[in-house]
Amino acid sequence: MITTEGLTLEVADRTLVRDLDWTVQGGECWSIIGRNGAGKSTLLRTVAGLRGANQGTVRLDGRVLDDWPLEELARRRAYLAQSRTDAFAYSAIDTVLSARHPYHANRYWEGSDDHQAALQALAAMEVEHLARRDVRTLSGGERQRVAIAALLAQDTPLLLLDEPANALDLAHQVSVTGLLARLCRRERKTVVMIGHDLNLAYGISTHALLLRGDGGWLAGPVAQVMQPALLGDYLGHPIEMIEHGGRRIFIPFEDHHERHDS
Amino acid sequence: MIVGSLLLAALACLLFSGTTGSVTVGLAELPDAVDQVLHGRQDTLAASLLALRAGRALTAFVTGGALALAGIMMQALLRNPLADPYVLGISAGASVGALFALLMMCAAVVVDGAALLGAVAVSMLLYLLARRDMRGGVAAEGGTSTLLLTGVILMSACMALVTLMLSIAPEGALRNMVFWMIGDLAGTPLRVLPWIVLAGGLAFALRNARAMNVLALHADTARTLGIEVGRLRKGLFFVSGVLTASAVTNAGSIGFVGLIVPHACRFAFGPDHRVLIPSAVLLGGSFLVLCDTLARTVIAPTQLPVGAITALIGAPVFLYQLHQLRK
Repeated sequence: MITTEGLTLEVADRTLVRDLDWTVQGGECWSIIGRNGAGKSTLLRTVAGLRGANQGTVRLDGRVLDDWPLEELARRRAYLAQSRTDAFAYSAIDTVLSARHPYHANRYWEGSDDHQAALQALAAMEVEHLARRDVRTLSGGERQRVAIAALLAQDTPLLLLDEPANALDLAHQVSVTGLLARLCRRERKTVVMIGHDLNLAYGISTHALLLRGDGGWLAGPVAQVMQPALLGDYLGHPIEMIEHGGRRIFIPFEDHHERHDS
Repeated sequence: MIVGSLLLAALACLLFSGTTGSVTVGLAELPDAVDQVLHGRQDTLAASLLALRAGRALTAFVTGGALALAGIMMQALLRNPLADPYVLGISAGASVGALFALLMMCAAVVVDGAALLGAVAVSMLLYLLARRDMRGGVAAEGGTSTLLLTGVILMSACMALVTLMLSIAPEGALRNMVFWMIGDLAGTPLRVLPWIVLAGGLAFALRNARAMNVLALHADTARTLGIEVGRLRKGLFFVSGVLTASAVTNAGSIGFVGLIVPHACRFAFGPDHRVLIPSAVLLGGSFLVLCDTLARTVIAPTQLPVGAITALIGAPVFLYQLHQLRK
């Protein structure tokens, strides 16, 4: 689905990712893991087509990203930004309906099918009761769920999400990531997401891409890549792993002496 | 439905403006007078008064409509509900041109031409300086802050030039210059060009109304929904610039219409540009027609500059709305 060849990303003379050769197949669920400023969002924005590559190419379904007509591309992939600012008093349902834009090329108004898709998406995110609310009055977590609902309403085979669990409470973190996992497994959608919670990532992902921020990267199935030693190396902090009821749980290593002193 | 009723209201405003003035045209004479004007004859006093006032009212309408439309576009472009057509200094550029022409005691046509030239010069400069912002996708949380800041600074520079010219102007030219600055419809001939500009602007806006919604909602991320963000921003910039230049050239820099009317419409009909654009054009036109009627009747036969009236009505309305918004 996504192929990158020799992809190099630079921000302000710093090379974040060097020569990334990465392939994402349909139906896979990828987590991008790395420290702050390691280039996770930059990579996702590049794959979404919001930013050019410094070197190398990104292909979607075998076609170079720049060769896609924007509207056609918008029916293939959806992108959730890390944060958003709302300047105008649009209602929640308006924001979700706007995600149907690529589907009604020459119509002035949305059709009833668009409204249905929007309402379904809101219901899937448990925010249908907020449909008429001004988005500027929603709480951070509610706004995030409305934004994810818009992503679902866009109804694309490829979903790119920059920290989808941002601002969500524990229950919604679990339900949203569970929904994404179901989309991968049942509907064969492809998900690439950024997250800082290793346990959530391990729970739903089939694959992981580690970024070190100095150009180094490592991609592979979670079982191979999400090892305590590797994660510790890439995240810059030692990580311990516990096996509990068939699940792997990652916890940051703590120096007990230091803790005792403080 | 909203647009339909606003259209009726706009027609009513035009007729109201035609009948009121130093000499009132009675309701009974109205149908006959309208009929005469439409057939190009002006046999009675009522008919010639109506023709005279209708010409001025139509100029007011096209100016108000253009300003309101430019305001909406500027707000969508900058994603800032407090933007107006003048915020980027296009009108200040026009002022510099027009005042210079007035200072040189040029003819009215030259003044209009100089205003247009000033507006175009500032737009070009602005475009060259803030090209990066238009393209979109440069900064991580991309926006148009460079464009806004550049515009505000250009405006201050132009206003400094304006102050300079006002301070050295001879007594004779000063009155005309001040009236031009405030915005005045007296003596403005009815032209065809502003209508063509407004029609073109409206067509562009309606075609892109849905895309403007997506841009207003998502900023740079609108690209992932199939919007050519760079092209849309450039289009909005140029079309609103041309609309502003046309309005300012026609009637001087009339304040507040481009800010108040989009705001009032957003407040009443919601932020959806598909409703907002036609309703704001109609409401903006009607508002300026009413203000102009007030301007020439309040202390008739003396005529006030219409810009003073719009600001006097606009400021309290705007403050009230802003207060409501905060609540």
